[in-house]
Amino acid sequence: MQGLKMVLNMIDLTTLEGKDTPGKVKQMCYKAQHLHDAYTGLPTVAAVCVYPSMVGVARKELKGNIVKIASVSTAFPSGQAPMSVKLEDTRFAVSEGADEIDMVISRGKFLAGEYNFVFDEIAAIKEACGKARLKVILETGELSTLDNVRRASDIAIHAGADFIKTSTGKIQPAATMQVTYTMLMAIRDHYDRTGIMIGMKPAGGISTSKLALHNLVMVKEVLGNQWLSNEWFRFGASSLANDVLMQIMKTETGLYQSPDYFSMD
Amino acid sequence: MAKKTTKKSNETGWEYAPSLESIGHIDLKESYDLFIDGKWVKPSSGKYFETINPANEKVLAKVAHANEEDVDRAVKAARKAYDTVWSKMPASERAKYIFRIARLMQERARELSVIETLDAGKSIRESRDIDVPLACNHFFYYAGWADKLEYAFPIRDFEPLGVAGQIIPWNFPLLMAAWKIAPALAAGNTVVLKPAETTPLTALKLAEIIELSGLPPGVVNIVTGFGDTGAAIVEHPEVNKVAFTGSTAVGKHIQRAVAGTDKKVTLELGGKSSNIIFEDAPIDQAVEGIVNGIFFNQGHVCCAGSRLFVQESVADLVVRKLKQRMDSLYVGDPLDKNTDIGAINSKEQLEVINKYIKIGIEEGAEMYQPNCEIPSKGYFCKPTLFSNVAQSNVIAQEEIFGPVLTIQTFRTVDEVIQKANNSPYGLAAGVWTDKGSRIFNLTSKLRAGVVWANTYNKFDPASPFGGYKESGFGREGGLHGLRAYVKLK
Repeated sequence: MQGLKMVLNMIDLTTLEGKDTPGKVKQMCYKAQHLHDAYTGLPTVAAVCVYPSMVGVARKELKGNIVKIASVSTAFPSGQAPMSVKLEDTRFAVSEGADEIDMVISRGKFLAGEYNFVFDEIAAIKEACGKARLKVILETGELSTLDNVRRASDIAIHAGADFIKTSTGKIQPAATMQVTYTMLMAIRDHYDRTGIMIGMKPAGGISTSKLALHNLVMVKEVLGNQWLSNEWFRFGASSLANDVLMQIMKTETGLYQSPDYFSMD
Repeated sequence: MAKKTTKKSNETGWEYAPSLESIGHIDLKESYDLFIDGKWVKPSSGKYFETINPANEKVLAKVAHANEEDVDRAVKAARKAYDTVWSKMPASERAKYIFRIARLMQERARELSVIETLDAGKSIRESRDIDVPLACNHFFYYAGWADKLEYAFPIRDFEPLGVAGQIIPWNFPLLMAAWKIAPALAAGNTVVLKPAETTPLTALKLAEIIELSGLPPGVVNIVTGFGDTGAAIVEHPEVNKVAFTGSTAVGKHIQRAVAGTDKKVTLELGGKSSNIIFEDAPIDQAVEGIVNGIFFNQGHVCCAGSRLFVQESVADLVVRKLKQRMDSLYVGDPLDKNTDIGAINSKEQLEVINKYIKIGIEEGAEMYQPNCEIPSKGYFCKPTLFSNVAQSNVIAQEEIFGPVLTIQTFRTVDEVIQKANNSPYGLAAGVWTDKGSRIFNLTSKLRAGVVWANTYNKFDPASPFGGYKESGFGREGGLHGLRAYVKLK
């Protein structure tokens, strides 16, 4: 139960679609604060994650709320845009009120071995973020080997990432346990060397409570209890929340309830 | 460790609830007789001994203590079964019986693994995921060979040896029984098997399975007891083959006892195996390998990677990561699925381990143990690391058979080969490197029966296992394992 509530509190409730509208984002923002009012004592999610154009809408909905606003940026999801566009994209999101920026790395450059380019790009975006925390999406499904995942993690961490994140959610495979484990190891090694904590966000494919708990166990075993808060660990997910709610209600009442009792926003 | 704390965990703490495997489904009798000639018979001395759960020191069952007379009955039953039934039966029929035993074991896998954990102290994860499935696989594997022996020994005439007397240790009770019985039966021999005195229960459950399988009476006989029972098997004149797994001291004794007879012998004895980490190894993976090498089954593994050699350029890193990993190991109730390290098999063995830990400290080695709690009842030992160790240290020379690791550093490939080979034992070795050529170089120069590359403690029925030097002779498993149970003409 403690684990399940922790999961809820670590979710970045996400909508990243071409068809996103202010209406959809407003609904999601309400859901973020009222996960399941039929049961009291539930936490809110950690953040909502939207496109830059929707940050303003979310900001209005979540004014003064503890739920943070994360915005994807840098020509998400492909990252195939010139640097100037990526910087402008980021500055816009921050100025609209984003607390967190989820950027994508240039996987093409990475696979071509241009690691310096990738590093410089992350560093530049970090600067453009100002006070917003930077999550760096490696899109591990396109990196193809765990060695690459590790290398990309190290580059991102050294270039100034506050969080490293597995995937955009647009590419399969996304946040597999192997990939998350590899990235957690990179975070641990960095912490051992420097004492600096880096956050982790697996995203894409984690849609059940069981899988989420597996992830939490990994975090606890690799990094320890201090990472078990939404300051340092997030789930990027859209459908996970309702499964967790369903499990919580099952634990409470002993019975599974119909999905119809859990709101879809 | 099974953290059964009721401590309210705050935001920064998250304790796992204990996840105990249930024991309600197992069927254990209060007392067990000897399984001779297909029947359960009382020991002629009338004596029974108790077998306990090392995790809580509670008595599990009483077990018959076989003496010379009982062993004689068992050997005679095995001889009769060999002469009248088993050696006359078509090999394809023999195979069917062995397959049947394997399937019945699979059906009862859950019960077998729980009983193994109760009797031996090993974690339920290991008995459930390793011991029992591997034991079943050995029966399946050798069942497949039974009617294909002419392909195992091409262009040679061969015949079974007759009655095999088999004595097995307490570290992998059921698995060792499978290693011994399956190839013996497949090759056409009959068997008298003695399980270890601290862990007789799964062998007796196997006897029940064998009874259920309809195997002709006398083909497999299981006699329980102590060293005297084992000695009676070894010395019995009608035993044609002695197979022993256990300590080197007893192995030497057996070797002396059979000298001058025409008994065939295979011995699988102790070890002080080296696990070698080169600077180019994937370090995190190697750390997992080190942990698996020495802490698997509480270190009660004859091929445990108890001598760790780390190249000096990465030694600090490896040791730091290893300590970190050791801190996350759970020592505690073997029935808890969270447990990594269960109970030490017996009080005697715990005393042996503690004796060596004391010697290590007295020798001036640097000891590290994680700061974990261990249960107050039962026999437990924290995972232990000794650094600042030399080849001359007693703890680096003698087999401890517990969760105790010694670390030495090395500079060059030649140096580590010399040091690794500088042991009277030669059972296994592990090599961790990214370089294929280095692996081949080492596998040909290390004097060890098994060399694992970038893994450790990996077992498969198709892969032969056995030692160099004082770690024994003969191979078990695979095609080589059959060779120990036939006479080639």
